[in-house]
Formats: sequence, C-alpha cells, structure tokens
Amino acid sequence: MALLEVKNLVKSFDRGTVLKGINLTVDKGDVMAVLGPSGSGKTTMLRCLNYLEIADSGEMTFDGVTYDLSSSSKKDIAALRKQTGFVFQSYNLFSNKTVLDNVTLGLTSGRGTDKKIAEETALRELERVGMADHADRYPAQLSGGQQQRVAIARALATDPKIIYFDEPTSALDPELTTEVLDVIRELAGSGITMVVVTHEMSFAKDVSSKVVFMEDGLIIEQGNSKEFFNDPKEERTREFLKLNI
Amino acid sequence: MDIWNLLIESFPRIILPGLAMTIPLTIISFALALVIAVIVALIQYSKVPVLTQIARVYIWIIRGTPLLVQLMVGYYGPSAFGIKPNGFVVAVIVFAINEGAYCAETIRGCMESVPKGQLEAGYCVGMSYPGIMWHVILPQAFRAAFPALGNSLISMVKDTSLASNITVTEMFLATRQIAGRTYQFLPLYLEVAFIYLMFSTVLEAFQRRGEARLGRYDHGTSGS
Repeated sequence: MALLEVKNLVKSFDRGTVLKGINLTVDKGDVMAVLGPSGSGKTTMLRCLNYLEIADSGEMTFDGVTYDLSSSSKKDIAALRKQTGFVFQSYNLFSNKTVLDNVTLGLTSGRGTDKKIAEETALRELERVGMADHADRYPAQLSGGQQQRVAIARALATDPKIIYFDEPTSALDPELTTEVLDVIRELAGSGITMVVVTHEMSFAKDVSSKVVFMEDGLIIEQGNSKEFFNDPKEERTREFLKLNI
Repeated sequence: MDIWNLLIESFPRIILPGLAMTIPLTIISFALALVIAVIVALIQYSKVPVLTQIARVYIWIIRGTPLLVQLMVGYYGPSAFGIKPNGFVVAVIVFAINEGAYCAETIRGCMESVPKGQLEAGYCVGMSYPGIMWHVILPQAFRAAFPALGNSLISMVKDTSLASNITVTEMFLATRQIAGRTYQFLPLYLEVAFIYLMFSTVLEAFQRRGEARLGRYDHGTSGS
C-alpha cells in the first residue's frame, strides 16, 4: 500500500532547476535509499516533502491525504509534520536543551503530552539508540555520532509514519558512521518506513528494500534493492555503481 | 566645614535617593525595556507585515534622538494637554522605551544568529512557531545577548542621572542640591561618581555569574 506518492515535483533556486519533475512512491514498511551524485537534488527532494522547501509545483499524497507541495496552509503543514520524522545531516539538536529535553520537546510542546509520559517515551527511545545514559548531557558534550543517535531518538519519539534521513552520516568520521548506521539498520528491521538519502553504498545495498537513483534533478532508475544492484537497467546507473562500489 | 565630615555626612543623603530612586528606576525601566525588546525583536524576526515597518520607525526615532530630549518631550508633552505628569513615571516610561529600542536590536541580531536548523528541527518534531521561539530560539538568543544586555543595564544605571532634569530626585540631583548649598562641587561629584561605580560593580558581578550559569550548555566539558 502506498504511504507516500509524489507527482511531478519541480523546484528551482536562483542557480537553476534542481528538481525537474520527480515521481516517487513509497510503500508502507519500505526502507528506501536515495542515491546519486552530489547536486542531483536528493536533499532538496526530501526537504520539499516536509515543506522545509516550498516546491514550484508538485503534488503529494501522504497516508490518503493529498497536499499541494507548492502551497499549503500552515495548519495542513503542521498536521503533516506531526506524522513524519526528519533526521538532518548536521543533527540540529536543540543546543540549549539536554538530550532528554531534546527528545521530549516534540511531545510536550508539540503535542501537549504529559511531561512524565513524554519522559518515559523519550528514555525508551534513547535506550533504543544506546543514549539513555547521556540523558542529562547537552549536545555540545556529545560526539557527532552520539548527537545523531539522539536526533534519531527524537524523530522516533513522536511515533512518525515515516522518517526521512538526510545524509545522516555525511558529517561523521568512518567509525562514528558505523554506530549511526547500526542504529538505522536496527530500525529498518523493525518495520518503520524510511527514506534515506545517503552516499553509503554498502549500507544501501545491505539495508534498503528499495533504491532510487537520482541525477540532475530526475529519477533515473528506481526499483527493489537487489535488482538495482545486481541488474541495473540504465547505462547511467551502471556507470555510477561502477564508480562507487 | 571639613571635607571628610562633609563626605561622610552627605553619604547617606546621596545613597538613600540612590536606593529609593536610582535603583527602582533602573530595575523597573529595564524590565519593561526587555519586554518591549522581545516583542519588537520577535516582530522583526518573524517579519510580521506592517508591524515590522512600525518597529523600524520606532527604532529609527529612538536611536536618532538624544535621551535627554526624549525625557523632556515625555515630561512637557503631557503638560500641553493640561496634565501635570509625575517625573518618576515619565522617567520609567521614557527609559523603557529608549532602552527597549536598543535591546530590541541586540536581541533580534542574536535571534538571527541562531542557526536556521534549530527552527527546522523544531518544525520537524511538530512544534509550533511560538513553541519553537519560546523553547529554542529565544533562550539561545538571550544567551548570546547576555553580555550586550548587561552592558545596556550598566549604562542605564548611569543614564538615570538624566532624570534629575525632570524633577526626579535620584542620586545626582541629591548631590547637586548638597553641592549647591555647600559649594563643595568637586568632592561631592567624586563621591557620587564613586557610588555609581559601586552600583555598576555589583551589576557586573551579577552579569558574570549569570553568564557562567547560562554558559552551561555550550561548553564541551562543563556542567554535566
């Protein structure tokens, strides 16, 4: 069943058109890896889906509700965002809040959840990413990998229907990359729907169920992960894989 | 009269108006100024149409005219309508409006220096704009603005001496009255300068302690 369906997503900045008509379907339970060279529009696509960028045109159906990606009411955007999670490349933890407060804030301030219940939920999710011991620390006291794990716990705490990952390991050293990828791998096994923009080819190969390959603002090829890596249809995909694996 | 005796005798007569007038005037005005400043900074940060333009005009006028002139206008303005204003009340309002304009610029600048990702992260966890302002952006902006706001507060203590021009008997006017009677201008003005310095020193100590407290979260090793 399609959880998310994007039609004809177009977005341009001053420097040119970044997305030239994206069509994308994500089914419930999919772990979708979005691959492609830098500048192909992967991050912009992800940001448009959560209205962090407003598209020039395009339509999205999410969980049965259709949204105009080029204009929508604040209320609809807020309602959509409450059903989604987003993990940023640069973590974006609230730097004035402790780890625990980072995770509870979306519940208490965003949804009016009782503080005690929010803290129980937060600790459970922090446990899941191995960060419960650091609940009282501030983000600046953590390594990048630890911050990103907290950011994942923050995204999980609000029980989203889908989590978008925007290059979650690109700012990390190789060893820290592993600890974050392990967490995402564990989530993938638990049935959460995820869209992961990544440069980690081996991760995409091992963990994702579907792969989307983007270049120059277009989706060149998409399909299930095995087929994509073993038997790519497009010449351009073959070249990309040859260079990157 | 012996200078030392004069200084000792006049000390309570200067510091009492200091405690009764200068300090309340400073604290009340500065508190109101901060309220004004946060509202004006939020309006500009959020780019609220019309109100943003009004905020710009307010800041333009206040920063472009002398505080002393503003006090005079505040004091003699109501007289034009047959109202005899209370000097202290006028002083509080004028100082608040004046300081509010400067602090608004400080706070706005600091809000804009908070990385945009903080706002985006707030949206993505389902927080409302006011919720993000309150829990995330303003606390970080205040942390960054704290030294500059401390500066403003210290200047304000000294600026309250201008209120002597609109009949507020704060420390400076009290000193001037004693000096006028005794003709010992220099010693008395040095004495009041010393008292201002004491007040400022206390405030500076508070500022440093406040900064240390607020600094918890942005140092890698402290505070955990």
